[in-house]
Amino acid sequence: MCPQLVAAYSFMNGKEAFPQRHFPVTPVSSNPALRLSGISKRFGPLRANDAISFELKRGEVIALLGENGAGKTTLMNILFGHYVADEGTVEAFGKLLAPGDPRAALDAGIGMVHQHFTLADNMTVQENIALGTQSLWRMRLDRTAARRRIEQLSADFGLAVDPAATVSTLSVGERQRVEILKALYREARILILDEPTAVLTPAETDALFRTLKLLVAKGLSIIFISHKLHEVMAVSDRVLVLRSGQLVGERATASTDRKELAALMVGQEVKQAEVSPVKPGAPLLALERVSTTPYNGAGLDDVSLTLTAGEITGLAGVAGNGQAVLAALIAGTRRPTSGRISIAGQNVRDWSPRAALAHGVARIPEDRHAIGSIGDMSVTENVIAERYRSPRFSRMGFLNWKASRQFAEKLIADYEVKCPSPDARIRLLSGGNMQKLILGRALDPDPEIILASQPTRGLDVGAVAYVHRMLLEARTRGAAILLISEDLEEVLTLSDRIIVMSKGRLSTPSARGERSIRELGELMAGHSGEHGDHAA
Amino acid sequence: MDALEILFTASFWVAAIRIASPLIFATMGELICERAGVLNLGIEGIMTAGAFAGWFTVYSGGDLWAGVLVAALVGALFGLLHATLTVPLGLSQHVVGIGITLLATSLTYFTYRLVLPEVTSPPKIEPFQPLPIPGLSRIPVVGEALFTQTPLTYLAFVSVAAVAWILYRTPVGLAVRAAGENPSAVEAQGISVTGIRMGAVAVGSALMGVGGAFLTISAFNSFFFQMINGRGWICIALVVFGSWRPGKALVGAILFAAFDAYQVRLQQISGGIVPYQVFLMMPYALSILALILVARRATYPKALMIPYQKGER
Amino acid sequence: MRLEPKPAPSLAVTLMFPLAAVAMTLVLTSMLVLAAGASPLSVFYLVAKGAAGSQFALLETLTRATPLIFTGLAIAVAFRAKLWNIGAEAQLYIGGVVTVVLGTGALPLPSAVLIPVIMIAVMAAGAALLLGPAVLKTRFGVDEVVTTLLLNFIVLLFVSMLLEGVLKDPMGLGWPQSQKVIADAQLPRIIQGKRLHYGFVIAIVSAVLVWLVMKKTVLGYEMRAVGHNPEGARFVGILVNRTLMKTALLSGGLAALAGFSEVSGLKGNLTLDLSPGYGYTGIVVAMLAMLNPLGVIASAIFVAGIFVGADAMSRAAKVPSYIADVMVATSLLTMVVAILLTRYRMRWR
Repeated sequence: MCPQLVAAYSFMNGKEAFPQRHFPVTPVSSNPALRLSGISKRFGPLRANDAISFELKRGEVIALLGENGAGKTTLMNILFGHYVADEGTVEAFGKLLAPGDPRAALDAGIGMVHQHFTLADNMTVQENIALGTQSLWRMRLDRTAARRRIEQLSADFGLAVDPAATVSTLSVGERQRVEILKALYREARILILDEPTAVLTPAETDALFRTLKLLVAKGLSIIFISHKLHEVMAVSDRVLVLRSGQLVGERATASTDRKELAALMVGQEVKQAEVSPVKPGAPLLALERVSTTPYNGAGLDDVSLTLTAGEITGLAGVAGNGQAVLAALIAGTRRPTSGRISIAGQNVRDWSPRAALAHGVARIPEDRHAIGSIGDMSVTENVIAERYRSPRFSRMGFLNWKASRQFAEKLIADYEVKCPSPDARIRLLSGGNMQKLILGRALDPDPEIILASQPTRGLDVGAVAYVHRMLLEARTRGAAILLISEDLEEVLTLSDRIIVMSKGRLSTPSARGERSIRELGELMAGHSGEHGDHAA
Repeated sequence: MDALEILFTASFWVAAIRIASPLIFATMGELICERAGVLNLGIEGIMTAGAFAGWFTVYSGGDLWAGVLVAALVGALFGLLHATLTVPLGLSQHVVGIGITLLATSLTYFTYRLVLPEVTSPPKIEPFQPLPIPGLSRIPVVGEALFTQTPLTYLAFVSVAAVAWILYRTPVGLAVRAAGENPSAVEAQGISVTGIRMGAVAVGSALMGVGGAFLTISAFNSFFFQMINGRGWICIALVVFGSWRPGKALVGAILFAAFDAYQVRLQQISGGIVPYQVFLMMPYALSILALILVARRATYPKALMIPYQKGER
Repeated sequence: MRLEPKPAPSLAVTLMFPLAAVAMTLVLTSMLVLAAGASPLSVFYLVAKGAAGSQFALLETLTRATPLIFTGLAIAVAFRAKLWNIGAEAQLYIGGVVTVVLGTGALPLPSAVLIPVIMIAVMAAGAALLLGPAVLKTRFGVDEVVTTLLLNFIVLLFVSMLLEGVLKDPMGLGWPQSQKVIADAQLPRIIQGKRLHYGFVIAIVSAVLVWLVMKKTVLGYEMRAVGHNPEGARFVGILVNRTLMKTALLSGGLAALAGFSEVSGLKGNLTLDLSPGYGYTGIVVAMLAMLNPLGVIASAIFVAGIFVGADAMSRAAKVPSYIADVMVATSLLTMVVAILLTRYRMRWR
């Protein structure tokens, strides 16, 4: 969201009316909406949550700020009863919450809007909302009453959606509204939103923020989980910062600023990666007027794109606008329905993962668990996966396990991968270590073209810096790099030129610093000026 | 008689509906399991066990309806075993399903030999008799076909209506359908996915048990080895053919049964020119063909065969 | 309850799991023995004695294990790539058909040539039979479980048709059976006068070869990758559909060899009771071996021992021999739980 909107929102939110809140607040007679005491949760060696305690007051908006992997989602899953904490308790309105029971959380008035929607696509909006709200053993579903209440709630909180529509036909924004309606229908008094804006356009984000304001006015308490500083500043009364599973800071929103929060979040002064200017070289990969069928969001619609040597092209955009299919296309797992792909000026006809690899395209996929690795195979078997047919790793159809193992050991050493042995199943590695291996596998042959799709998603700060360094090194070496990321900060930091993707189309490229964040935001929304009426 | 004339005789359709009945029960059973996200390949063995359990209850002096009940209970028990392994433990539904079929079948044969060690020809019981519905059974062809059946056939039709009602009109049906599509939707609304799935598999398997029992206490009057003879696998094909909808699956089952009844009659009038095995193959071949025709555009329950762990999304 | 992945245990510990599964199976089935009014200990003793208590028993067990090694290998290979071939029974019978078609005098070749020719033809026929469901799976998205299962019934009827028609032995007194294969097409006995034949040796060699393929070759690597994560395999450039086709060919061919070995080595001719469900039992054999081709040898001998031993036992004690089928089915289920426990630990909160 652009700064102007933030200002507008702050004004609408009436921050000026309650200028400052002082912490710690002396206990009032009524119990807080939520009280978390000493919550800890371990997954194997990883401390996802470490003795976290805080309170959420009635009618308050808390922002839970932290990087990917800081433990925010784990904490909320404990709160909502998906996980059971190893230690600690949760109280809602003064009453202890039974652990590990989503039903108890719902009954206590906690509603949760998950990052990945929990909707059944084959059912209607109304059925999704009614699910679990009536006794399971009723012989007949009460539909009319449900429908009336949903319509009423929609009207009250500006959550327009057709109750009779099948969920599979809804847009992402509408689905999120259904999620909120689900909570309101159950008379939630505490609403938890997990990264709610990741899938929204700036205009939709703005509408969401207005809804949240209406909810607070009705007395709801809200926990807003995000890693985006500007949003946190815009919506919250108070900010809690989580880092590596620990609560490292608590600030009244009005008395802090983005710089301080950023420092708290990453634990040190944010060190921008050193980006030295490099002279772009020859075009290495070109898409010419390429279209595709939809896949995980929009399909490509007449897209042209050229990647040149020694340059990082950053692709920004709201999730679901065609980034997934563009990444799949360059990786070779999708083919265009029309248009041409050429590499180093040569038109490529047979496009496939093998062809992409043969043409020197290195791929870092978005989903390292589902696509980037084969979890139940060993580290060795995974690192040779892209080149097992080369003479280095196999001859006459027989694999050379010795050379394969040596390669795995080399990558483990070079990329500082923490892993018990090359024979361990890769599933057992942490996300960061797995990503290092995928990076190593892709970058080892010194590729000319690199596709990095969400390369730092879910990684800790150290791993993120490592990935960035590797990409910049490859750039210095003269590789052409396409960086696709939902993290605008990342795109802005690394890219030599930025392209915005929206509804399957690409904007014209802009050089580093050429477009303002506001302009980029408008491009991300698909067209400019649409939300001009909100900018006061 | 002419090959086409057969299609217009009431006796042909009476037979078709009778042949369809066990398939209807078992298809509804499989449909419930799959709608909740669990493929139940135990169906063949569960039908075998149900066939024996129903028959043996009656053989040892029980009421016919007691036989139905026992068959359902036995089916539900095997269903619970299947569900315990595939739902909370998330084991391969293929392997466990085959395992349940092998186990249920071998346990049935073992029990049969244990209780009747000496018999060579299977003992008979007094099965369900046709119960014409007054008035309706007088309607030519259609009425005769539908309303001069045994009570258990009527129950098969009732089961389709009940399954349809439950899936689309009751809260628990919503939960079942959601569990097969996106289990996290169920958990987020405070309902246990494990509970819903296990319940669905148990209930579905009970219906499979009754489907098996239909053969021994309504269609025939004794139990013999290998009497299910692939009917369970055909029901799995029927669920796909019916796009996981009870009404369509019912139509599929009747079409299939009509074809089966027809091939038997064709066999009789073909005069032995074509080997009888060719006719017997046709139902199986037809099932494969039906799968090929619908597979492309079938909309599977999205979470079918995908185990769910709490808190996963 | 949650399942968390854990590091693979050492080989020795891993081997404990099948043993634990077998022990669990014995505990569970001993209840049935009690229900039959017999003492579990004496019944299991009789089974063990019947399976391995004498040279005769042991050879009988190995004879019975031979087709199970083939079908077990067929399943192990297919399941590794998550190609659910439940049609080994049909492939076995097709193998038997090809053996009698070529082995009853149609090819005037010396034994050393004839037998390999028959084996190749048999494997090709079995492979072709599984290729159909594999193509339907990859091209049309038809679940191969149902198609292979239904094909079992179709093929058995087809064999019945042949045995009452073109393949019927004119000297067979009207029984639906084929002519005997000629002497040159027969696998010799390993020990003169005993039933154990060279099919057993071929089975062992096959298991070693399949182990080599799975462990050392590019194809085995591709099959495992496709089985574990087809999306991931496709991403790194493995041709998933082609790998599944190759898997189907190998699996179908191996299962068909079971039919060849039974006809050529043991029975001499083709009848409708050539296999008492070896195709289905192969699933248990493969799972007990944790899909390891060398393990298949051990588990096939174990399973065969249960069947042979149970036959002998049921003659002595009054426990139906179907106890063997129950034990085998139970061990399949206990085994899949055991395999799960080698890779995951259960956490109750």
